[in-house]
Amino acid sequence: MTAILAFIALVMLGSAAAAMISRNLVHSALLLALSWLGTAGFYLWAGADFAAFAQVIVYVGAVSMVVLFAVLLTRQNPVGDVLVEPASRKRSTAALSVGACVAAVLSAAVMSSSFPPASVAAPTATVKQIGLELMGPYGAALLIVGVLLTVALLGAIVLAASEPERNPEDAP
Amino acid sequence: MTQLHLCLLISSALFCIGLAGALARSNTILVLLGIELMLNAANLNFIAFWRFGPSPAHATGVIFVIFSIAIAAAEAAVGLALIISLYRHQRNIRLQDAVRLKG
Repeated sequence: MTAILAFIALVMLGSAAAAMISRNLVHSALLLALSWLGTAGFYLWAGADFAAFAQVIVYVGAVSMVVLFAVLLTRQNPVGDVLVEPASRKRSTAALSVGACVAAVLSAAVMSSSFPPASVAAPTATVKQIGLELMGPYGAALLIVGVLLTVALLGAIVLAASEPERNPEDAP
Repeated sequence: MTQLHLCLLISSALFCIGLAGALARSNTILVLLGIELMLNAANLNFIAFWRFGPSPAHATGVIFVIFSIAIAAAEAAVGLALIISLYRHQRNIRLQDAVRLKG
């Protein structure tokens, strides 16, 4: 059980780190899809099947495709940004140290806290149970999320589709 | 060290990778993807606490994750639309060049 978890974590963290390091944006997007697949594997490992399939459909299917389209639409030179300026190097060092500090703080907090023991039986969430809960106690939240998704996607279309009129002195 | 500790350590590692990526990269798309990674780390925590919590009677963790995924999808769509709009405006997507709010 722990070996499977270690493998999933290796795939997830390794591909996420490689995506953040890679200088090629298309590689980054594909590696992130792999990382999201690893997250879905974690959900499957933990017994949350429905969340795993939602993750695969939404992230691996939809969000990664949108990201790839954005990468291809905004790409300038196919080889990626090859030149590394000193300011970027400095910022990377600062970001890495911030990340390491946050990681140290978080792991210290996790290791020093004790949790109540897990229940003996693993929890199960069948699709029927999830559906009943979504329609019953969480019905209002489901409606609000639907409205929010509609508004957000309409806003995204308006933002991305409207061509700004250019000033003559602004021209590149 | 229980399995809950292990899951929490993994999710904090994922969070820190996303944080470092979002701070280090100057490409707007990669910054957005780093933020998505941090959101995913939060989802991992929800599932871990649901799985190894003391009273997993309801499917609360799973439902929380489903709502969170929906919000993250909306956020990604709006963020990428903003990036495309930024690219239309200034012909690149470097964060350092996006210093004006004026349209």
